[in-house]
Amino acid sequence: MRRNVIIKTVSRFLVPFIQVYALYVIVHGALGAGGGFQGGVVFAASFILMIIAFGLTCVRERFGYRWIVMLSALGITIYATIGLLCLIPGGNYLEYGSIEAALGIPHLHGYLIDAVEIGIGMTVMAIMTSIIYDMGDTGGESP
Amino acid sequence: MIWELDFALLLFMIFCAIAAITVRDLLHATIILSAYSLIMAVIWSEMNAVDVAFTEAAVGAGITTVLFIAAIARTGRRSSD
Repeated sequence: MRRNVIIKTVSRFLVPFIQVYALYVIVHGALGAGGGFQGGVVFAASFILMIIAFGLTCVRERFGYRWIVMLSALGITIYATIGLLCLIPGGNYLEYGSIEAALGIPHLHGYLIDAVEIGIGMTVMAIMTSIIYDMGDTGGESP
Repeated sequence: MIWELDFALLLFMIFCAIAAITVRDLLHATIILSAYSLIMAVIWSEMNAVDVAFTEAAVGAGITTVLFIAAIARTGRRSSD
């Protein structure tokens, strides 16, 4: 694929905005539209734009399989840990109010919801990027 | 809810759905399916389901189109049947 200078410049300008928007969607998911899954998908879309502009090998050097494995495992661990911590004070799975009542810290359930959403977003972003890497890999030929 | 807008969008959506399964070229079918997904997102947000519309726009029009195009690039563009 021929690398166009316009595509490179525009995507270099656009990718940070897409990623900040994805982080906004993840953090804002508790109050309005959006959430971990949508934010993770939008974050993965920024990697698609980088692959289109700079090529698969360049993106893979920056964000390799080690990062993908680490982030996907870390995200699902955050989700499961907070869900299981809610069982200790006697609540249901992901019942944040039980932790808040047991510790006595006000607005703790909001922070816990945000932490769970960040965990979901990390896992979705890593897995989506991994799928796109595998689909776009042509086995050494020029993509 | 504006019923004229809803009617026009639904009519165009059905047109896109029929076109996507009848067209011969698979790349054309992918792009028509992406347009179908965009209209579907507009209809969802028109029905005050913003969360579903967001998911439809991100996954249906974004990721699925890229995955279909990658699959077409690895196989063939022409439909055999």
